[in-house]
Amino acid sequence: MADDIISMDGIRKVYDTGKVKVEALKGVSFTVRKGEFVAIVGPSGSGKSTLMNLLGCLDTPTSGTYTLGGEAVAGLSRDALADVRNRRVGFVFQNFNLLPQISAQENVEMPMLFGGVPPKVRRTRAAELLSKVGLSDRLDHKPTELSGGQMQRVAVARALAMTPDMLLADEPTGNLDSTSGGDIMGLFTELWNAGGTVLVITHDAGLARRAGRVIEMHDGRILKDSASEAA
Amino acid sequence: MRTPAVVLTLFVQSSRLAKKRATLTIAAIAWGTVAILLLLSFGEGLKRRMDLNRRSTGENLAVMWPNETSKPWKGMNPGRPIRLTTDDVAFVSERMPELPAVIGEVVSWRTALTYGRKTVNGRVLGTNVVYGEARKHYPMAGGRWLTEADESEKRRVIFLGDEMAKDIFGIEDPVGKALLVNNSPFTVIGVMRHKTQMGVYGGPDQNHAVIPWTTFKALFGRDRLNVLVIQSRKPEEMAPALRRLNEILGAKYGYDPTDERALSTWNIVKTSRQGQNMIVGIQMFLGLIGALTLLIGGVGVANIMYAVVKERTREIGVKMALGARARWITWPFVLEGLLYTLVGGVAGMTIATLIVTGLGLIPDDANRVLAFLGRPTLSPAIAAGTAGILGAIGLLAGYFPARRAAAIDPAATLRYE
Repeated sequence: MADDIISMDGIRKVYDTGKVKVEALKGVSFTVRKGEFVAIVGPSGSGKSTLMNLLGCLDTPTSGTYTLGGEAVAGLSRDALADVRNRRVGFVFQNFNLLPQISAQENVEMPMLFGGVPPKVRRTRAAELLSKVGLSDRLDHKPTELSGGQMQRVAVARALAMTPDMLLADEPTGNLDSTSGGDIMGLFTELWNAGGTVLVITHDAGLARRAGRVIEMHDGRILKDSASEAA
Repeated sequence: MRTPAVVLTLFVQSSRLAKKRATLTIAAIAWGTVAILLLLSFGEGLKRRMDLNRRSTGENLAVMWPNETSKPWKGMNPGRPIRLTTDDVAFVSERMPELPAVIGEVVSWRTALTYGRKTVNGRVLGTNVVYGEARKHYPMAGGRWLTEADESEKRRVIFLGDEMAKDIFGIEDPVGKALLVNNSPFTVIGVMRHKTQMGVYGGPDQNHAVIPWTTFKALFGRDRLNVLVIQSRKPEEMAPALRRLNEILGAKYGYDPTDERALSTWNIVKTSRQGQNMIVGIQMFLGLIGALTLLIGGVGVANIMYAVVKERTREIGVKMALGARARWITWPFVLEGLLYTLVGGVAGMTIATLIVTGLGLIPDDANRVLAFLGRPTLSPAIAAGTAGILGAIGLLAGYFPARRAAAIDPAATLRYE
């Protein structure tokens, strides 16, 4: 369908450690439409992280096809994949993964630097995004000078910098207290309400409940997809 | 192209990192640079000094000792002695006017030289006037060398080597003083200016005394040459000149011009070329030691860079996730390695220049070691060579760690602590 952001078909991922082959994904097929808020849940070892890496183009599937924003991802070079990540995916990680030596504003500018946005535009947009997540007074702070919740808000601002096709969050509230976690969930909901596509991988039942659609993973397969139940 | 701007921005950001161990790395490179520069400039100084010392005997010379034939010639058996006299000097120079100097030397060994109550036994040499220029017997201030008049009038004048003058006269100025040579009075006309001499035959110039050969013949009753010396205009003209000389003298004395034993010959031109090759060998050896020292510094830089890559693995993964291309990851590391090398290299060059300049201020006639080894000299070639080696080391020291950085798998680094 034209407004499918994500389309995965028969995705398999095998990790070959030399001695043993581990099949982390055993044929996963699903689509996500623009404007959906999807939570991917499942016990550890169910293949969530592998799925996240594939969705974020950090890794390539062993077999199967993956189309992101209408662009087939299979067979792209490392640099081409880097460009796809830059334009289409906004990452939010459990451990924030901000660059420690540079300020909040420079962290938000980073994807725009890679995306070829002119310096002046970068600075203005970074400042706008940071004030949108409530950190307009923290532009020059280094990540070490921020609280966990603030760091994650910087990470969200950074994820949105290139106006990606989707926000891909991996346990975004896992390292946060409930108040900060609530703030982050609020930001996601806000984004969804504004028409954005959000994918969250989580253990957090509260966060999963907020999502419009829940995909449950088990043993490398999709066990349950609330969208297909509703249909 | 976006690359230069991106690389520069990332490089500036990473250069804000604490640079404590960068200082150590830079010091290692500086030390390596100092080592290579000092070794090379020491080699250069040695080369220049040895060139100077080698030339101090005289340039483009060949020395011949009359010996005996080793080949039969026109019905005559080998083993016939060849004798040259002072007359042969004129005989040769008339037939080979292109030679700047033809020198005959007659020698009296262990001759008594007496001044007042002091007697020294030494070598007295009778020779012709051209000897002075060709064999670099320059007089110290206040003295002079032999003249044509000294020679034609058989004057009893004597020119002393500086060491011998010191032995006989101590701190007195010998010039104008009377000296007894085998109990005949001579007037000292000059003392040789000091030189460090490498090529020696008969004995060092500083330990002999020189008189006109006409006087020598009158005093000792001998005119048979101990050695014949010729000088050519250019080094490459020596070999043909020696062939021609043997043709002339071979015709006169009846020996095969290709007979190498008739006149035992020391072609100084040839040996000095060997000496130069040896110096080049020494220079290469010193350069190699220096380069290895510098290489160790380079390994240090590479080591630090590997550590930095390891330490920043997660950051590199994050940048990759945000869309950094491989080049944007590698280039800042290459630049960092180059920067360390550049700063260390400049520091090392400055230190080495200061040391070499400092050594240049020590007067060398006061120091026998310096007189023989020469003073370290920095040449443009040395500087350029060192800069080249530094650049290559810097590039390699950054490149290999950077390649490891680019090979990082972002998926593996991002999720787990």
